[in-house]
Amino acid sequence: MAKDQTTWEYAPAPEGTGHIKLNKKYNLFIDGKWVAPSSKKYFETINPATEEVLAEIAYANEKDVDLAVKAARKAYTNVWSKMPASERAKYIYRIARLMQERAREFAVIESLDAGKTIRESRDIDVPLACNHFFYYAGWADKLEYAFPNRKVESLGVAGQIIPWNFPLLMAAWKIAPALATGNTVVLKPSETTSLTALKLAEIIEEAGLPHGVVNIVTGYGDTGAAIVNHPDVNKIAFTGSTAVGKMIQKAIAGTPKKATLELGGKSANIIFEDAPIDQAVEGIINGIFFNQGHVCCAGSRLFVQEGVAEKVIRKLKQRMDSLYVGNPMDKNTDIGAINSKKQLETIKKYIQIGLDEGAEMYQSTCELPSKGYYCAPTLFLDVAQSSVIAQEEIFGPVLTIQTFRTVDEVIQKANNSPYGLAAGVWTDKGSRIFNLTTKLKAGVVWANTYNKFDPTSPFGGYKESGFGREGGVHGLSGYVKLS
Amino acid sequence: MSNKTPNFLTIPPSPTVDKVGVEERVARFQTRSIKNQSKEQGLKMVLNMIDLTTLEGKDTPGKVKQMCYKAQHLHDEFPGLPTVAAVCVYPSMVAIAKKEVQNSGVKVASVSTAFPSGQAPLSVKIADTKFAVESGADEIDMVISRGKFLTGEHNFVFDEIAAIKEACGVARLKVILETGELVTLDNVRRASDIAIYAGADFIKTSTGKIQPAATMQVTYTMLMAIRDYFDETGIMIGMKPAGGISTSKLALHNLVMVKEILGDAWLTNEWFRFGASSLANDVLMQILKTKTGVYQSSDYFSID
Repeated sequence: MAKDQTTWEYAPAPEGTGHIKLNKKYNLFIDGKWVAPSSKKYFETINPATEEVLAEIAYANEKDVDLAVKAARKAYTNVWSKMPASERAKYIYRIARLMQERAREFAVIESLDAGKTIRESRDIDVPLACNHFFYYAGWADKLEYAFPNRKVESLGVAGQIIPWNFPLLMAAWKIAPALATGNTVVLKPSETTSLTALKLAEIIEEAGLPHGVVNIVTGYGDTGAAIVNHPDVNKIAFTGSTAVGKMIQKAIAGTPKKATLELGGKSANIIFEDAPIDQAVEGIINGIFFNQGHVCCAGSRLFVQEGVAEKVIRKLKQRMDSLYVGNPMDKNTDIGAINSKKQLETIKKYIQIGLDEGAEMYQSTCELPSKGYYCAPTLFLDVAQSSVIAQEEIFGPVLTIQTFRTVDEVIQKANNSPYGLAAGVWTDKGSRIFNLTTKLKAGVVWANTYNKFDPTSPFGGYKESGFGREGGVHGLSGYVKLS
Repeated sequence: MSNKTPNFLTIPPSPTVDKVGVEERVARFQTRSIKNQSKEQGLKMVLNMIDLTTLEGKDTPGKVKQMCYKAQHLHDEFPGLPTVAAVCVYPSMVAIAKKEVQNSGVKVASVSTAFPSGQAPLSVKIADTKFAVESGADEIDMVISRGKFLTGEHNFVFDEIAAIKEACGVARLKVILETGELVTLDNVRRASDIAIYAGADFIKTSTGKIQPAATMQVTYTMLMAIRDYFDETGIMIGMKPAGGISTSKLALHNLVMVKEILGDAWLTNEWFRFGASSLANDVLMQILKTKTGVYQSSDYFSID
């Protein structure tokens, strides 16, 4: 070893925040206007990395939701459903272009509000969100080719409720196909991450979209419930927890409301002995620590074939130690802040359960900032299939590791979950990939990669991970009536 | 230094390498933002890791002497700059270079084994190597027999490297894989493992005569081989990307990669080198820019 070893550290490289414009207070975006909530109540949205207040957000109640739905209905009946599809497309293209122009601002606000790293919001969230609008704008006047020999009609008013893990991207996933198919929208972002949806409302204003076509109502769960229960909503699109998904399904039972639900997951990432080991290790890291593990399709259950288990685990620990955890605004940060105090508590609770269950824990040797909500990348060894941490969705940077011997065994264990959102398969053998992709009960199966998203590719779950597909041509069917 | 008895059968199976995954990983290194003092420190490290190279048929003693002077006086106007790590020349120029750089700490590296093609019998390669060492070379940069590797005679390649290692004596051995001719990353990985287990002190990407040369994908693959060997044995192996690294930015990205894969221990010219001829001036230009705030004309930097 070198005697007088020098160390070379990366100097801080913070992304500037001087160019963004944030209001102190945000009202509701209803019928093309910014209106104060009838509750007169506001709640604070904070930066989870610093615990500083970023802005005050309006708390919409049933009355406000009713106003929004009425505006959406009026816009649907009078304007949007009558407009030629090619004209609708122009508006959607315009939204995409305006977003692209202000991509940096969106990325910075997303990172401030959600705690995710600037690298991810800049390189993944925002470009993907723009691409969703571009992609679905292209479909607007070609629906008869998406559904050949069928008559395609829009549904009406879509109520959309989105989560906090990919705030802008989820808004794009929901709004773009709804508009392209001729529906109008009432969207509710999560209470911890309303800002980029409200920024999107500004763009929608700037794009000159007819009033009421897109309405954004902010608030908590009861605001979402008001959307779900509103009698004049034709369709509910929800992304979030399985528990809330079940509540929604109960609430709309017996009504003509259509629904697509994209819910939780406990996805299996499977490493075979012949896998490209170093790339697989990257895939495991990306699968579970991407966006601090706040990913519904996170590869949270790792299955490693016995022969390479020791090697993979050693490399995994090494790689975890090389991750930079900290200030999400620094361009060199790999792992940012946990989205909220509540979520951090949930993650800690599960880590404690893992310890109580007797699993062996390893955490990155990184230093965590003293302020803000952070959790070191964590893995658990010697986890049983019956362990709580291997069964329940943690939604944080916590990985469970199990080993397996045969293909049949791993298929059985991977499918032995109430969820079925995604899976990953790592092997050098093509035939094995196809064998597994047909047998794994998961909406998405990635081969030799993980957490890859594209607007042209459908996404959605089996079993309690939900139903309906978003993205691709499949993503249109949730918003149309075919006859 | 290592005390291993080389045996082809002791090489563990090499892992497969997924090109798409490697490209993605490498792209991540390239998004690292290196600023201010890290940039200045990094650039100085780069200078100190360069093997200043001239490997042409038309090399003359005069040219080699000029390059040796530059190796020790990169830009005297700017005090506090390091020297480069070594000068790299053909065996016939070793004696001249050795005299020019004596007592400066700059090493003399010599290519050998019928560089760059390696198309010569082993006896010639050994003689070539011994001549260079006897002329004063501190380091030997050998080429592997790519033809034999590609036809699957991996044990031939292994034995040849082991034989050259023996001929090197105390000189450190860098083994050039000529990755541009090996084509696939799977081949690069296997060749790296063979070279390391056969006794290489350093593994090196390219001769500089074949394109592509030191791409980050190839260097990454070789660094992983070094990492695995270190984890297995505790023995450090050096890395030398050569050919195609001509800008400061690319050099810094390479350092980022070394740091994040192998750790800070490798960030010295004992374990990491750049084989380059035009890189030094670009780095000098960047270093001066951090001082003056403006780029100077390339006419202010000597060309050798």
